[in-house]
Amino acid sequence: MAELLRVENVSKRFGGLLAVDRASFVAETGRITALIGPNGAGKTTLFSIITGFQPPSEGHIRYDGVDITGEPPHRLARRGIARTFQIVQPFAGLTVRENIAVGAHLGRPNRVAALAAAGDVAREVGLGELLDRSAAALTVAGRKRLELARALAIEPKLLLLDEVLAGLNPSEIRDMVPVIRAICDRGITIVMIEHVMQAVMSLAEHVFVLSEGRIIAQGSPQAIASDPKVVEAYLGHGAASRMAGVAHA
Amino acid sequence: MLSPVILFPAVLNGLMTGAVYALVALGLTLIYGVLHIINFAHGALLTAAMFAAFFAHKLLGLDPYVAAVLLTPLFFVLGYGLQRFVIGPAAHGEDRNILLVTLGLAVVIENALLYAFRADTRTINLPYAFNVVEIGPAFLAVPRVVAFVVVIFVALALWLILRLTDTGKAIRAVAKEKLGAELSGIDVAHIYAVTFGLGTACLAIAACLLISTYYVNPQAGNAFVLIAFTIVVLGGMGSVAGALIGGLFVGVVESLSGLWLGESLGQIGIFVMFILVLLFRPSGLFGERA
Amino acid sequence: MKGLAPILFAIVALAMVPLITSSNVVINFLVMALLIALVGQGWNLLGGYGGQYSFGHAAFFGTGAYVTAILQMRYGINAWVGFVIGIAAGALVGAVIGLLIFRAGLKGSYFALVTLAFAEVLRIVASVAPITGAGVGTLLKLDLRPEAFQFQSRALFYWIILAMVGLSLVLTRLIEGSRFGAYLVAVRENEDAASALGVDATMVKLCAMTISAAMTAAGGCFYAQYFLFLDAGIAYGPWISIEALLAPIIGGVGTVFGPLLGALVVKTLGEVTKLMTGDAPGLDLVIYGGVLILVVAFAPRGIAGLFADLRQRFGFSKIGGEGSRG
Repeated sequence: MAELLRVENVSKRFGGLLAVDRASFVAETGRITALIGPNGAGKTTLFSIITGFQPPSEGHIRYDGVDITGEPPHRLARRGIARTFQIVQPFAGLTVRENIAVGAHLGRPNRVAALAAAGDVAREVGLGELLDRSAAALTVAGRKRLELARALAIEPKLLLLDEVLAGLNPSEIRDMVPVIRAICDRGITIVMIEHVMQAVMSLAEHVFVLSEGRIIAQGSPQAIASDPKVVEAYLGHGAASRMAGVAHA
Repeated sequence: MLSPVILFPAVLNGLMTGAVYALVALGLTLIYGVLHIINFAHGALLTAAMFAAFFAHKLLGLDPYVAAVLLTPLFFVLGYGLQRFVIGPAAHGEDRNILLVTLGLAVVIENALLYAFRADTRTINLPYAFNVVEIGPAFLAVPRVVAFVVVIFVALALWLILRLTDTGKAIRAVAKEKLGAELSGIDVAHIYAVTFGLGTACLAIAACLLISTYYVNPQAGNAFVLIAFTIVVLGGMGSVAGALIGGLFVGVVESLSGLWLGESLGQIGIFVMFILVLLFRPSGLFGERA
Repeated sequence: MKGLAPILFAIVALAMVPLITSSNVVINFLVMALLIALVGQGWNLLGGYGGQYSFGHAAFFGTGAYVTAILQMRYGINAWVGFVIGIAAGALVGAVIGLLIFRAGLKGSYFALVTLAFAEVLRIVASVAPITGAGVGTLLKLDLRPEAFQFQSRALFYWIILAMVGLSLVLTRLIEGSRFGAYLVAVRENEDAASALGVDATMVKLCAMTISAAMTAAGGCFYAQYFLFLDAGIAYGPWISIEALLAPIIGGVGTVFGPLLGALVVKTLGEVTKLMTGDAPGLDLVIYGGVLILVVAFAPRGIAGLFADLRQRFGFSKIGGEGSRG
């Protein structure tokens, strides 16, 4: 299968802190790839490097065979890379429709066309009822959907989702999972940062695990879940053997 | 090259002037450091303080140094009240609104002074204004030496307040992490107002130090505040030490460039320096790169 | 075109005024109000729609005014040509300052501070440079011919500034309904989110600043023709920077009619103050400053916002149209 995104040995240094340490991973076209790891592992930093919000200290990003390292976010968006923000960033003074229309304008100079397209995208993510509502008046779940809708509206080839399920209750998560799967089924490649493991297990085909800035494991969700290195990354040094000990006892 | 006999007094004089600049800048940077706003009313408040010092002398016969003892707490209360009851509530927590409110205050204060006292320029005469101290080849006016000493003392006092008192610790907490401070029970609105009050109190002291050698008219404060902005930007927004060093630095630069360029170009020079620093080194010469 | 009818209506109604009264007082008053409306619309485009609060729009006003005046007086260039060049010069100053500021990434307080500083630099330069007449000022020659952009009748001047305001309203309305307008508002609301959606924020702000500067410069050009006198304090002084932002903020920031409404209110306030207290220096500005604080405190969306609230209260509201502006 063809790869759409290739992250090569990317490092990011903040003063003395190495937030991302020679991380490499690949996202294949048409698939959902998940990036998991404990808090502070550098996932969001890696996302902002991929989307041009921060330059990497070292390493390269290739997208569709082209080296895009250091390109500004708006130009990457025009290449077809969309992202959502972990901390939602709505245009608070605008309505839901106007919010989404900003994205829809990317391929559509015409205002009426962009507003119409915004309506279509809103219905796809389940915001159809709330089109004329102010973005500031949305619930957390609504705002997460709005993040997703705006990103979709630029009609991306690659969609980077930064914890779109965080802060949702179980029934809201259950509603969102098919929405994400449907997006992938339309042919949009997805890379998602996610903490909700149940969603990662059911959505992702390939998982990369980031810990302390390094990719420490990769594989199918099932393989990852039983990888002792991953368990240790989440639960602390020695946790895997302790758990194994418990299981054997 | 100029001889040390000319340079030495110029540098010393620059340090004396720079000290007062530093004090004005100190107030500005303190407010910026904690409230994260640029107080556009700073100049107008300095002018108001200068008028207060002027009339304290004219009407009550108070020596400016005595007046400082009264005006400093008075302006602290004024600053506290302005932030607590005008700027804070009016701004609804939005930075753009704070800008507008402090601008509105500046317009009101400056023009109220213009309306009350017209554009006339006033000075006071003090018997000791022309006394000098001799340091090597330099003759320094007594009021400027006093100003220098007072500013160093005030900066030290401010530093001790911020380090040692509970209020000072609360101020630093709010400056670093407003939400966290709020969650640990600090009354942020109160701390904001205290900070604004401290910044305004600095202006009262500066005004009393200035009035003995300088004139006052409804725009008198603006010249100083522009320089103070430059200093604050040079020293790094929010940095107390930066304001002090920056103030002395700008004073010396101004004094030395006066030797070569003359007075009239000096004003543009400061603006140009200001814009250049903002454009190319917005985090300040001494601050960390943003 | 949708939304243009109210503009047409307002302009036609205002155009009738000289037919009803020939009072120079009334016409002069309205000319000043319209001038501020035009200058304020310039500010509104950048500040209201783009969220970049400039404290130094005098830089553009003064450049327009001086370029028009100097081209005529020193180079004998036709007033109308000078007028166009004046606007272009204002736009250029806006573009250059904008480029410097936005590339340096300055926003918020810093943006206000640097625009203020630029205006002050220009004021000081103009007050000493020989080409502006330095301290004496620039006097334009009285030449009451339409070719020289000077008219015997105040009404003609009035219609010209009214037409300019009309154009600025139409332009603002068109921008509001365009992709550029949507991008500009998106940048105001959240720059990071906008750039993630393909918006080149620096470019959008730069364009807005250039158009904004051109509009404000047009006001300066008109000022020079109408009053035939300039000095550094008039052209680059803080008064115009303050009125430029006061009008849209009082009228309704980020709305098409805000600057016009606000300018009428500001100028009325100014006149009333003058009538009640005589021409005391400073008092009008004391009131302006006070009104600015009051509006920010109690009606942050200005008069236009109050109208919108009223309409909502009396049942014309869209469902779920509540929520605050960011």
